[in-house]
Order: sequence, then structure tokens, then C-alpha cells
Amino acid sequence: MTEILVKAENLTKKFGALIAVDNINFEIFKGESFGFLGPNGAGKTTTMRMIQSVSPLTEGKLTLAGMNVKDNSREIKCMIGVAPQEDNLDPDFTVFQNLIAYSRYFDVPKEKAKNKAEELLNFLQLEEKRDVIITSLSGGMRRRLILARALMNEPQILILDEPTTGLDPQARHLIWTKIRSLKNQGVTVILTTHYMDEAAQLCDRITIMDNGKIIEKGKPSDMVKKHVGEEVLEVIYSKESMDCLKNTFPEARIDVVDEKIHVFTQKPRGILAKVLEETSFKGAAIRDSNLEDVFLKLAGRSLKD
Amino acid sequence: MANIIALFRVPKLSYRVWKTWMRNKDVFMKTYKTNFLPSLLEPVLYLLALGFGLGGFVQPINGQPYIQFIAPALVAVSMMFSSFYECTFASFVRMYYQKTFDAIIATPVSIEEVITGEILWGATKSLINSSIVLGVIIIFGVPPTPLFLLIPPLSFLVGLLFSSIAMCFTAIVPNIDSFNYPNFLFITPMFLLSGTFFPLTSMPELVQTLAQVFLPLTNAVTVTRALASGNIQLSVLLNLVWILIVTPIFVVLSINLMKKRLIK
Repeated sequence: MTEILVKAENLTKKFGALIAVDNINFEIFKGESFGFLGPNGAGKTTTMRMIQSVSPLTEGKLTLAGMNVKDNSREIKCMIGVAPQEDNLDPDFTVFQNLIAYSRYFDVPKEKAKNKAEELLNFLQLEEKRDVIITSLSGGMRRRLILARALMNEPQILILDEPTTGLDPQARHLIWTKIRSLKNQGVTVILTTHYMDEAAQLCDRITIMDNGKIIEKGKPSDMVKKHVGEEVLEVIYSKESMDCLKNTFPEARIDVVDEKIHVFTQKPRGILAKVLEETSFKGAAIRDSNLEDVFLKLAGRSLKD
Repeated sequence: MANIIALFRVPKLSYRVWKTWMRNKDVFMKTYKTNFLPSLLEPVLYLLALGFGLGGFVQPINGQPYIQFIAPALVAVSMMFSSFYECTFASFVRMYYQKTFDAIIATPVSIEEVITGEILWGATKSLINSSIVLGVIIIFGVPPTPLFLLIPPLSFLVGLLFSSIAMCFTAIVPNIDSFNYPNFLFITPMFLLSGTFFPLTSMPELVQTLAQVFLPLTNAVTVTRALASGNIQLSVLLNLVWILIVTPIFVVLSINLMKKRLIK
């Protein structure tokens, strides 16, 4: 039995003439981790801000736990924790004071807040930085502190807007581990990202957004299989290779991205390898297909644009 | 028209208005030593230069030595400067550079409550600074009376007035340098022309009337001076009523303007 926690119907957001979110529908289940994937400007953050009940809807309906964001903004804000994309930690305070000051906005009693803050500093491996002014923290530590801050009110729903953008691989993995552990504790996680690997790593289900619209939704693995098959063949571009590949794979979709030919085929795993043995292409490689390829196919361009 | 009416809609507020106030108080307390020094030094300099220095060449005004004339005005000026500064430059830094308001409105505290808290904090700064100046003028020989006890509550009210006017500017300026305009076109003329350093009666009648009707500081100076000198005329009530009417209008306007700026 899956309980619907967030439900958006015909959700639309306009800024003047710009349509940032264009009539989208989605449902997020309790306890799952749900991702919005898409390039910058796709409407992910705007959607997050509407879920947070910070930004008013232009049209449509959005409910959290049955409560309308329009009428129950205070109740909704009590049950969610937000780690925004923008670093808005309080630079006038230390790490510990940031957590305490934030908990006060939620009316968390002082003693409870202190215990919770110590616990979260421990959970996010920031104990050593407890009394440091936050301007001296590294990027990864700041993201962790923002995550800790979002957890101070023990939220049922955690909203993470690009939780690891700009971080080095180690810092990213540490945050991923923590997000997974929160999910295991039963927290519903809603995140946005423009990293396919992040979406694939963390999300049970994703929606891909582009130009304010949802262009696909589902499980990451199903989506990859459905749209781009299991494997992709990459070959460095030349006219001869292109002609030869077209003859070899008449049914496949062939794209050119960044001076490379991508061959997508629904053929089972292993077939591409056999073909490669028989013919020789310059710079040929076979790799597992991924969400980037899905986006490329659906949007007709690379996600990095 | 509907847009203009919306700017004067009275916002819904709760006890949470004190949440931002407490945040600002905590930051203030961390650095109170550096905060107190300027508010202590500035009036001392004015009293030395103008009260003692210039005052030696000035004949008594209404039977008062010059230093006694300007001392209460300096108290009123500190109410204006401290609250106006707090809700322009300091609030703008919190809003624009530190994104503090964005962080707070993700919690159950609403934008209306954040801005009200900022204005209450601006008024508190007025109370703190003008009380320091009040202490300084007593040390400089202005004899205290029980009426002095009414000056701190007045300073909170005057602080609300200037904080909310300041917050209106903060809501509309494109960047922090733009505060130079209200500073030079509004605050500095007021500082000089509100009956602070010379009685308004020495100005042409038209200027007097304009100063009374349009300059908030004139009203603040008149009430403060009346309380400090004990010479209270019935007309002071008009000045007080002016402040009591104009303050809530600007409070409401500033909250709605800020909401318009920040809620997109």
C-alpha cells in the first residue's frame, strides 16, 4: 500500500511572459526518493519552491499530505526540511549556532535543539567544526551543514535542491551515503539534480524535465532500457564510420554528440561486442547506457547544455 | 488601483515576529563592544564641537544655553540614524548578500513576520543607541528629570517610524549603492533642517510648515526636546499624533513592498 504524500495537478508557474513550469502532473509516495532531473532552467527549482509553499502557484493544484500549499503553508513548512541550492547559512554564526538559530524558527525547545544539533553534527561528521565560524568551512562541509540544518525539525519530507553541485567526488559520496541512510529511516526525499549518476544512485523514481515540462517519468533503470537499450556503442566521428555503422545497424538510432557517433540499439547485451570484433572503428567503445542518453534522445540535445 | 490597495493591506502576524528580532539580537550581542563605541563617541564629538565650541559664539535660545538646545536633538538624531541604518544597509545585507530572509521563510516564519521582526529590531537599535546618547548628554550637564524616562519608549516608537521608512527603500533599491539617494536627499537634509541645530522659527514660515508636515525628524526632535526641557506645549501632542499615524502606514507599506520583492 503506497500512500501519496505529494500530488501536483496541472501545476503551472509563470514569471511574466516566461513559463517556468508548464502544466505538470506528478505524485510522490511516502518513503520513496523522488528526483527531478533536467538541465539548468528546466523548472526544477521553481517546482521545489512551490512544494515548499514559498512560491505561489500560477495555476493548478498542489497538495502535501492532503494539505493545499495555498492554505496550509505554515503546517507544510513544519513537516519539511529544505536544503536549498543557494548557500544561505547564517555567516554571523558558528556551525552550532546556525543549527540552534534555525531550530528556533520551528519552536524546537532549547534543550531538545541542543541535543538534536549535537546528534546531527555527529551524523554529518562535523563535530570538529562545531564552534567554527561558517565562512571558514569548505564547500562540502557547508553542504553537509545545510543538510544538518534541514533536519533540525525532524522533517517527514526532505527537499534537496542540487545537493552536490560543485562538490568533489569524495564529498559527493559522503552526502549520498547520508541521504540513503535518511531514506532508510523513512524520510521521503525529493531532490533535483542535473547529474545522471546522482539520480541513478539515489532515486527510486525520477521525472525528466525540460523547458518547464515533464518529458518522461519512471524508474531510472526502466527508463534507460525503454529508450536507449542496455548498451551504447561510441565511435569517433568520420564519414566512413558513419556510413558503415548505418549499414550494420539499420534499425538503430544513431546520433552524433561531441564529435562522437552514438549507436543506440535495443539488441541484447553482447551483440555490440560481436560486431566490434568483426569490424574496426577508430576509438570505438561499448559502455552501459545511462540517463544522459535518455535525455539526449528525448530532448534532442545533451543535458549539459 | 488594486495593486495600490494591496500595498496597504494589513498583514497577518503572529508571535513569530520576534524570531528574526531574536536572531538579530544574538548577532548584536556577539559584537556588542564594537557596536557600542561609535554610538558613544559620535554624540560626544558633536557636543564638544557644536555645544562647547560653536556654542560659545551662539546666544542662548529661548533662555537655554546652546548645548542644552542641541543635546535633546542629538538624542532624536541618533534614533533616526540607528534605525534607518539598520533597516537599509544592514537589512539589505541580510536580504541580498546573506540570503538570511530566504533561509527563514523556508521555516514556519512568514515573510511578513521576518520584515516586522527586522523593523522591531531597528526600533530596538534606536532605543539602545538613543539611550546611550541620553546618558552622554546627562554627563554633559543636561539636568535629568522624571520626564527623561519617557524618552526611551519614544525612541522605540520613532525607531519604528524610521525603520519602516528605511524598509520601504530596501524593498525598492536595485543595489546597495542606491541607498546614497535617500541618504543625501532625505536623511542629511532632515538632519540639518529639522530644528536640530537651530530653532525652526528662524526659517521662513513656508519652510517651517513643510518641515512640520513632511519631515519625520522634525516631529521626533520637537517631542524629545519638550520631554528633555520639561517645557511641554499642547502642540507637542500634534507632533506625537503625527508619528502615531504615519508609523503604522509605513510599517504596513514596507511589509507589502518587501513581500512583493521577495515572493516570486
